[in-house]
Amino acid sequence: MSPILQLRTVTKRFGAFVAVDALDLDVQPGEFLTLLGASGSGKTTTLRMIAGFEHPTSGEILMDGTPLTGLPPFKRDLNTVFQQYALFPHMSVRDNVGYGLRMRGVSGGELTKRVTEALDLVQLGHLEGRAPRQLSGGQQQRVALARALVNRPRVLLLDEPLGALDLKLRKEMQLELRHLNRQLGITFVYVTHDQEEALTMSDRIALMQNGRIAQLDPPATMYAQPGTRYVADFLGENNLLKATTARRVSSTAVRLVVGGVNVDATPAAEWREGADSWLAVRPEFLRPVLPGETISHRVEVTARDVVFAGSLIRLHAMLDDGQAVMLQWPAGETPPVEGSRFGITWPAERGVCLGE
Amino acid sequence: MANKGGAGLLDRIRASRRLTTIIGAALPVGWVTALLFLPYLFLFAHSFFRLKNGQLTHELTLENYGRLFGTPLYPSTILFSAGIALRVTLASLLLSYPLAYLLAFKVKKHRNLLYMAVIIPLWVSYLVRAYAWKIILGQEGILNGFLQAIGIIDQPLAFLLYSKWAVMLALVHIYTPFTLMPIYAGLESIAPALKEASQDLYASRWRTFWHVVLPLSLPGVIAGCTFAFVLSMGDFIAPVLLGGNDSALMVSNLVVSLFGVAYNWPLGAAVSVVMLGMTLILLTLARKVEDRMNYAGQDGGKAVGRLDGKAVGGTGAGAGMGRGGLRA
Repeated sequence: MSPILQLRTVTKRFGAFVAVDALDLDVQPGEFLTLLGASGSGKTTTLRMIAGFEHPTSGEILMDGTPLTGLPPFKRDLNTVFQQYALFPHMSVRDNVGYGLRMRGVSGGELTKRVTEALDLVQLGHLEGRAPRQLSGGQQQRVALARALVNRPRVLLLDEPLGALDLKLRKEMQLELRHLNRQLGITFVYVTHDQEEALTMSDRIALMQNGRIAQLDPPATMYAQPGTRYVADFLGENNLLKATTARRVSSTAVRLVVGGVNVDATPAAEWREGADSWLAVRPEFLRPVLPGETISHRVEVTARDVVFAGSLIRLHAMLDDGQAVMLQWPAGETPPVEGSRFGITWPAERGVCLGE
Repeated sequence: MANKGGAGLLDRIRASRRLTTIIGAALPVGWVTALLFLPYLFLFAHSFFRLKNGQLTHELTLENYGRLFGTPLYPSTILFSAGIALRVTLASLLLSYPLAYLLAFKVKKHRNLLYMAVIIPLWVSYLVRAYAWKIILGQEGILNGFLQAIGIIDQPLAFLLYSKWAVMLALVHIYTPFTLMPIYAGLESIAPALKEASQDLYASRWRTFWHVVLPLSLPGVIAGCTFAFVLSMGDFIAPVLLGGNDSALMVSNLVVSLFGVAYNWPLGAAVSVVMLGMTLILLTLARKVEDRMNYAGQDGGKAVGRLDGKAVGGTGAGAGMGRGGLRA
C-alpha cells in the first residue's frame, strides 16, 4: 500500500529556532500513528504543518502522492481534533457537528442524517441541543471528535485531545479512539507527550527529539529495543547503567562491564564498538537471585529503599560503583532489609547496549 | 484576669474592624448618594414643579410633560439628536471594527503602541479635542489653508465649520475609542483555535469571519455602540463649539438653554428625565442582548468588552444630561 501521507525532508524554522529538522515520515492508510515527544520536540508543529496551519520552511508534504504545498487548511481533506476542543461557543452541539458539512454545501435531510449518525457514534445524541459550555470536558471532547469524523476525512489529526481529561476518562477515551480508528478505517495521526497513551493506542510511534524522529517503530518493538539512550529513558521506566569496555562477541551480543561484572547484552542498531556504552534493562526484567541458585550472569547490589506501590513492590538498590537500579520485587516475597546485599540477574538478551 | 484582658483586646479589635468596615462602606455609599442619587432625585422632582409667572413653585403638575410631548420642537429635537447619535455610532463602528480587527489579529509587533495611539486621545481634554476641529475646519483653518495652498480653492470654504457635519465629525473622533476598546477586547478574546477549527472544517477566511469571528465579537460591538450612541446623544459641547446655527438642535443644548436663558427649570428637568429614561431603556436592552450572547470560553475579554462596566456608559449619559441639567 502506498502511504497516504508523506513528509519529505520537512523543515520548519521560527526565526533561529529549528522546530522541525529535515523530517521524513510515511503514514500508512488506516494506521494509528503517534507523534510522541517532550514539549518543544516539534510534534505539534509537524501536525500543524500537515493540517495547513503552518507551512514548511523547506521540504514538502504529500497526500496520496499529491503535494499539499500552498493549500490552505480549508482545502485539505483532513480534519483536526484540537487540544482544547475549540468548539464554537455560540453554536449548539448539533450546529457544531454540522459545521463542516454545511461549509461543504450539505443541507437538508442529508445534513440531519449525517450529524445524527456522528452524534450517535460518540453517544451524544441526547445532548444535541446543548451549548458547549453546558457539557463536561469529556462530552466536549466527544463533540469535537464527532465534528471532525462527520466529514469522513481520510486522515484525522489529533493534538493531545485527552490532555484535559482526568485519568479514568482518559483511559476510556484511549480505548474508544482505538476502536474508532479500527471501525472507520480512518488514518489517525495523534500527538501526545504521554508515553503511556502512545504505547496503549498506536500502531506505530514516532518518538521525536529536537525536531527529528529519534525512533519510529511499533510500541512493543520500541519498548523492547530502544535505539538510543534518549528513547530508552523516555519510553517507560528503565535502568540506564554506565558500562565500560564493551565489545562485540557475536552478531547479536556484546559483552560489557557493569559494576565490575561482565554481562552480555543485545546491541542497539546505533551502538558502535569503542564508544561509551550504556546498558538499559527494564525494571520488570530484573529479579533477585534466589538463595542457593548458582548463576554467573549476576550483579551484586545493596538495597536502599523499598516502595510499596499497590500491586507490586519497587525496590531501589545501588550497584557497588554507586549507580542506582530499580527493580520490581515479586509479589508475596518478603523484600530485603534496607542496607542488605543481594544479587540481581536478568535474561541477557533483555539488556540493550546503547551508544552515547 | 489575663484571659479576660485578652478577650477585651479581641473585642476592641473586632469593634475597630467593624468601624473600619462601616467607614469603608459609608464613603462610597455617601458619595453616590450625595453626588448621583440626590441630584437625580432633585431633577426628577423639579420636572413635576410648576412655573408661575417665571417663578418656580412647589406645586405638583404634569404640565411640563404635557408641553414636552405637545410641542413639536421637543420630540423632534430628541429625534434629531438620536439621528445624529445614530450616524456617529455607525461611523465610529465602521472606523473601529476594521481597526480593532487589525490590532487583534494582524498587527503583531507594535500592537500595544498602536492601541495606545488610539487610546491616548482619551487623556486629552475633551475641550481641546473639540477646539482642535475648530482650528482644522475654520475659515482661517488648517484644511482651508491647505486647500488654498495647493490651489484647489480660491476662497476659504465656509461650510466646513458650523454645521451638523462638523459636529458629527468631532463626535466620531471623540467617541471612536469608546467603540474600539470593547470591540478590540472582544476580538482579542476569541481563541485562535476557533478560527483554525473553522478553517479546518472547510470554511474560507471570509466564511470563518462571517460564521465565527463576527458572531463572537457582537457583545463587544453592542457595548461599543451603546457607549458611542449614549455619549454622543448627550453631548452638548461639540454642538456649541462646532454646530453654529445647528447648535441649538441637539437635545442637551436645549436643556442648557431651558435651565439658563429660558429659566424654565421644570421643563428642562422633564426633558432630562425623558432622556435619562431613554438611556436606561437602551442600556437595559443592550445588556439583555449581551447576556444572551454570553458564551463560555470567551471569559477573558468578555468582562472587558461587556457593558458590565455599564457605569461608564451610564454615568456618561447621566453626566451628559446632568451637566446640561445642573450647570444652569
